[in-house]
Amino acid sequence: MSDILPFLKELLYAPGLSGYEAPVAKIIAEKWRPLVHKLNRSRLGSLHGLRRGTAAEPRPSLLVAAHMDAIGLMVTGITEGGFLRLTAIGSVDARVLPGQPVTVHGREGLPGIVVQPSTRLLPPEIGNNSVPLEHLLVDVGLPPRKVNKLIHIGDPISFTQPPLELTGETLAGYTVDNRASVAALTVCLEELQNRPHTWDVWVVATVQEETGWIGAYSSSYQLRPQIAIVLDTTWAKGPGANDWNTFPLGKGPTITWGPNIHPALYKAFKELAERLEIPHAVEITPLHTGTDAFATQVTAEGIPSIALGIPIRYMHTPVEVVAVKDIQRAGRLIAEFIAGLHPDFMAKVTWDY
Amino acid sequence: MPTIGNTQLQLLEKLCNAMAVSGDEGEVRQIVLDEIKGYADQVKVDALGNVLATHAGSGENRLKVMLAAHMDEVGFMLAADEGEGIFRFETVGSIDVRQLPGKSVIVGKEHLPGVIGARPIHLVKEDELKNKIPLDNLRIDLGPGSTKVKPGDRATFATRFQRTGPSIIAKALDDRLGVAALIELVRHAPANIDLLAAFTVQEEVGLRGAKVAAYAFDPDLAIAVDSTLANDLPAWDGEENTAYNTKLGLGPAIYVADGGTLSDPRLVHHLVATAEAEAIPYQLRQPGGGGADAGAIHRQRAGIPSVSVSVPGRYAHTAASVARIEDWKNTLALLHAALSKMPPELLTSERV
Repeated sequence: MSDILPFLKELLYAPGLSGYEAPVAKIIAEKWRPLVHKLNRSRLGSLHGLRRGTAAEPRPSLLVAAHMDAIGLMVTGITEGGFLRLTAIGSVDARVLPGQPVTVHGREGLPGIVVQPSTRLLPPEIGNNSVPLEHLLVDVGLPPRKVNKLIHIGDPISFTQPPLELTGETLAGYTVDNRASVAALTVCLEELQNRPHTWDVWVVATVQEETGWIGAYSSSYQLRPQIAIVLDTTWAKGPGANDWNTFPLGKGPTITWGPNIHPALYKAFKELAERLEIPHAVEITPLHTGTDAFATQVTAEGIPSIALGIPIRYMHTPVEVVAVKDIQRAGRLIAEFIAGLHPDFMAKVTWDY
Repeated sequence: MPTIGNTQLQLLEKLCNAMAVSGDEGEVRQIVLDEIKGYADQVKVDALGNVLATHAGSGENRLKVMLAAHMDEVGFMLAADEGEGIFRFETVGSIDVRQLPGKSVIVGKEHLPGVIGARPIHLVKEDELKNKIPLDNLRIDLGPGSTKVKPGDRATFATRFQRTGPSIIAKALDDRLGVAALIELVRHAPANIDLLAAFTVQEEVGLRGAKVAAYAFDPDLAIAVDSTLANDLPAWDGEENTAYNTKLGLGPAIYVADGGTLSDPRLVHHLVATAEAEAIPYQLRQPGGGGADAGAIHRQRAGIPSVSVSVPGRYAHTAASVARIEDWKNTLALLHAALSKMPPELLTSERV
């Protein structure tokens, strides 16, 4: 199995906020191009790669998707002294922001810091509590004249935290959600190079998941697969997270179960993981999975969908932690599923669950 | 004349990226010892780890002038090993706990990477968001299986030094700006005084290094060289910010009064007069809280006339502070000019 770590690190260095995915899409496209038969970007910017299957036409097709967009910030204003005011793109806990190094994507990429003004410069009721996003600023270290020239309202801001290799083959960084899954899909594609498969496989890196699964709705509509497999990150056990809905780091991907999941797909993945002895956990999702599968399931006339999860710690902070092993396992599990898929798999599904 | 060029900026970069949490200043101490080697008459490391360097002048009636810059920085100490590379920790020095979640850190002698995470926002109850995350809920995570560090080891923010436009962004600019400036002063020591340079330890935990350094040097007067919190951001309601200490870009900050010291007016006057005469930009730090090594020095022995001069900086004691290169350059210029022009009779007039 190839070493996916260098590619993952490359992905983690690339900006690509929701709606502004081009920089990361370019890197993924370069990596995927030799691994697929056809590659293009959708009208909204999702990356569509096709590996043709071996079954006779009309061939069934499946979609395997991971979102490539990331949470971040956006400029809403510039103060008299040249400090930037902020809003969030996606779901950001303002409590991880003070002191955070960022890159402001203005007329050029500018380094900056999210800063928390002192108590005396804030509304008195905040006191020693957390400071809401509306009162945090970004300092780019430039005089106001220059700031106004180089930065406009609406410019996206990404975190600058570089990827860190931690002990135990784990990696920490920004955008591990969901570049870890993009890396896993790449592992899957590499596996499929030597594995014939009957179905056409659309490998998709979706846009704007963090802001409402926009890429998943639009790409699954356009490609109209018979099955949708969505890979995303899920919550790992660790400091601050140890409830039933968290999963051990480095002990394999999760297979989701709930109304968002087609029972036939759950059964197939569960049995496959057990047969291949791929470590995994069952992730109970009593409502929805909060992933692109929520969109694919109700696209067009409905698409049987399943979500798989890679457990990560500290989700939606710039220091998300993932175990590289889990990425390899998730990629392999999906590749095995695809390679073992009979052309009539869905045709044979009956509602006897 | 000492000045700030690429060499000095490279030295500052090395100093800022080094880890020297109070009580464990070895990395910065080594850099200091290497940099001043051959420039001082005498260099020693004292009982607490201060570097004490003396450079004797050559004129008559030379004043013994102590300059102090602290080598230590705020940081963390691992407190308990919870297994799987996860450690509880305590803060060393004054750190706002709201600055910690979501940061990367370096741990131990080998600077092993670690992170301080936070509960995923999806798992945080809405009313919890307005509360800060207490230190009890934070951990340093080095990854499963880490055995190279142990409770008692130090950690600090992992931020790397960088320059942007007229500014520097780095951790520990408080007080590596002062340390680097003092190195330059040792290398360009004026001949009219005896220069007694103290690169102090444990400033951030109570000015402890400066206290013993001042005793040992027994100087006629002392100048603490530090980086003061500017606090020059806009107020939330658009009203005038009357709470600032200093403003970036306006030059070195001369202290009249802070939380620990009423500066000697004769020294304040000498600094101001020098700046005016040399056309070096300067500002008077707004009297108020905070402090520097002068707080310990001025009350040592029978009393030592003292003053502090600071490079204005923003966001001290956080992962990333910001300062202007020009302010640093002017701080060094002011100090060097003030020392070179220091008359032997500076302190003969009675203190007002």
